[in-house]
Amino acid sequence: MVSRQQSKYVVRKEYNEPIEAPDLSAKSWLRWIWKQLTSMKIALFLLLLLAIAAVPGSIYPQRSADPNGVALYFKNNPDFAKVLDSLQLFDVYASSWFSAIYLLLFISLIGCLLPRIGVHYKALREKPPAPPTNLARLPQYKKVTGEKVKLEAAFEYLTKNKYKVIAESKGKALVELRAEKGYLRETGNLIFHISLVGVLISVALGGALSFNGQRVLVEGETFVNNRAAYDSYQPGLLFSEASLQPFSMRLDQFSITYDYLNPANYAKPLDFRANVSTTVSDQQSQALIRVNEPIALPNAKVYLTGNGFAPEIIVRDPDGTISFSGPVVFLPQDANMTSLGVIKVPDAKKQFGMMAFFYPTVGKLSTGALTSTHPNPFDPVMTLNVYVGDLGIDKGINNNVYELDTHLLKQIAGGKSGTKALKLQPGDVVELPQNLGTVEFKSVKRFASLDITYNPLDIWVLISVIITFFGLLLMLLIPRRRIWVRKLADGAEVGALAKSRDESLERIVKEISQAMKKSK
Amino acid sequence: MNPALINQELATTSRILVLIALTVYVISFLVLTVSLANRAKATKKEQTASAIRVENFGLILAGLATLIHGAGVLTRGIAANRVPWANMYEFSISGAFVVSAIYLIALFFKDIRFIATFVIGFVVLVIGSANTLFYVQVESLMPALQDYWLVIHVSVAILGTAFFTIAAALAALLLIKSGKSKSKVLKVFPDVEKLEKLSYQFNVIGFILWTFTLIAGAIWADKAWHRFWGWDTKEVWTFIIWTIYAAYLHATTTRGWEGKKAAWLTLIGFSAVIFNFTIVNLFFKGLHVYSGL
Ligand code: HEM
Repeated sequence: MVSRQQSKYVVRKEYNEPIEAPDLSAKSWLRWIWKQLTSMKIALFLLLLLAIAAVPGSIYPQRSADPNGVALYFKNNPDFAKVLDSLQLFDVYASSWFSAIYLLLFISLIGCLLPRIGVHYKALREKPPAPPTNLARLPQYKKVTGEKVKLEAAFEYLTKNKYKVIAESKGKALVELRAEKGYLRETGNLIFHISLVGVLISVALGGALSFNGQRVLVEGETFVNNRAAYDSYQPGLLFSEASLQPFSMRLDQFSITYDYLNPANYAKPLDFRANVSTTVSDQQSQALIRVNEPIALPNAKVYLTGNGFAPEIIVRDPDGTISFSGPVVFLPQDANMTSLGVIKVPDAKKQFGMMAFFYPTVGKLSTGALTSTHPNPFDPVMTLNVYVGDLGIDKGINNNVYELDTHLLKQIAGGKSGTKALKLQPGDVVELPQNLGTVEFKSVKRFASLDITYNPLDIWVLISVIITFFGLLLMLLIPRRRIWVRKLADGAEVGALAKSRDESLERIVKEISQAMKKSK
Repeated sequence: MNPALINQELATTSRILVLIALTVYVISFLVLTVSLANRAKATKKEQTASAIRVENFGLILAGLATLIHGAGVLTRGIAANRVPWANMYEFSISGAFVVSAIYLIALFFKDIRFIATFVIGFVVLVIGSANTLFYVQVESLMPALQDYWLVIHVSVAILGTAFFTIAAALAALLLIKSGKSKSKVLKVFPDVEKLEKLSYQFNVIGFILWTFTLIAGAIWADKAWHRFWGWDTKEVWTFIIWTIYAAYLHATTTRGWEGKKAAWLTLIGFSAVIFNFTIVNLFFKGLHVYSGL
């Protein structure tokens, strides 16, 4: 049995792995650095470094995935947050140090690949190499004795098993065989590493060309695709607005299926459905958006990300003129969809605002406070706290539609104002205090939160990922083997070498020897 | 989607089956431990032969436990009317079942009986903690999980984890074996070279499956979360694990890194897998909030 050290030595020598020992007498340091950078040890080191560098991004909130978490962190630990921020720990995956590691890794990768492509191309066309002088030093070796042992049987075995075989003969008899198989392993390895570069490029470029927009759409409303129609919008660095294609989309109906069948699951949502009508270059059609089922429109994929109630409210001045009308988007606060909304009425005779609570199915807590007992609107009730004063809208402050800054306002209904909060059911019209007019709760509508995304290269990401996986299968599952058979005076010897941990090598050598034995 | 009726009675049956399986696994574990100890002590051939008979008995018990366990997992799925891996309890019992099944099937192809105690011990640990820490009633799937990618992505992840588990057991043995310990048990185990080879083979299959999990996860994320990659905590850890095992594969062909160092990388990678499944699921914030706890 050959010792392990020796067999490794043979593997290295045969396959010409780059040797990392620094040649300090060499003139060019650059050359030395390049050699280091493209060595396997560095690749290994950079991979491990990348794994470690990714960890903090799962510990600290990241701006990209969880901006609110970052804001909260700044609020709770302002000083430490500043330190973290200066180290880019809230943007780990876009940080200079994380980028530096993977860029170095990819430079190393390319440096590794280029020479290997040439070597492999040559290997594919060349004949299997000559055997080492001492076959017995190979990881697998067997000797067959008997004067009549013939190499023809081995030749037949090797060709039948699709080895590339070179045979040398003396007279009529074969004296040496050189065989190799499994070139696809290296091909797969090269495909894998090259397409990793493809993944990186298509992800990076796709990200730069992409955009992401959010829009809340109430039942009955129509979205017309243009920059101004988005509630919020995150374009990539290279995104051009010309990529926004004209289309429109109307939310016809939003519905939810709840589970009423299973006690363990009672009133849990099972399905969200947004029925929309879309118009693309005058072609109208119907579509259904569900969780996990986005729809595709020109240069846009539309996803359903959230939902809630949007009660329709009309406010009238005492003389009957309408000063506010429309559905108001309420933000859900709990699993039973208790929702909070803000109504600002700057156009009334006297500016005022309202903070509204909506209970889809109203119930009472033991404290007497209202609550919602079911997410479906079986018994909807809305209560209104009313505030008068300067809303600040004209000055451009207090513009967030979901917030009412009550600092400068005076509460005249609800809370400690002395007047009870107004309480309405759909269809109700009630008087506002201080002769502000009336407010009507016309109907309950639902809204859908939609995410609209565009990434022109996502198909390329997918393609390069699939090729990567295919390369991976080849490089890990196909064994690369070299086998040499030599005629001896009293028989023959077989030696074999594999590039990977190849369990079958022993069996193959045995089979070849047996074939030769039988042939006599 | 119309709600399907959850069969709570069958869910109870499932839980009982899993607990019976756990009991049989524990007995199997004890029998295997006894056999291992006897083999270590054996000086005569007959003693070894009798220890091997005890080992066979332990493995048959493990097979029986796996069958009952499988029935428990299956009935959980039937009770819920969906695949039985939608929360941590279900991941754990399905995962432990796959570890045990893969191990027993692998026995037909490779002689890895010597790690039986480790593998069955691990399975006992997982089912035990599933029942005490993670148990939840059967519930229907939330809309985000109602997708065929749940079937593909999660089942392949579980399968990959099973291969990593076996590879880690082999790597741990490799390290013990090449350490200073002179314990007699060690002679029962194959030599370091053999352990390295076996561990490598399980890691390779694990890595292929893990790569697939990562890709499938990205495809699903593109449908469910409107981007294929967003560095969500679970995505981060899946990436970290993938990178560690890629480093491991490089190590196996880098001089000075094969053998012990590569075995350490296997253990580090496997710790990351376990960390991803426990700590990240339970304590980290993110989109994958599916532990059900
Ligand atoms: C993005 C980073 C990289 C990843 C994810 C990666 C991944 C992999 C994987 C999974 C293997 C399979 C190992 C096997 O065949 O057993 C492999 C093999 C290999 N990689 Fe990389 N690699 C990366 C970068 C590099 C770099 C920078 C180099 C050059 C220094 C390199 C050189 C090699 C070589 C030579 C092999 C073949 C090893 C062999 O089978 O003998 N890789 N790589």
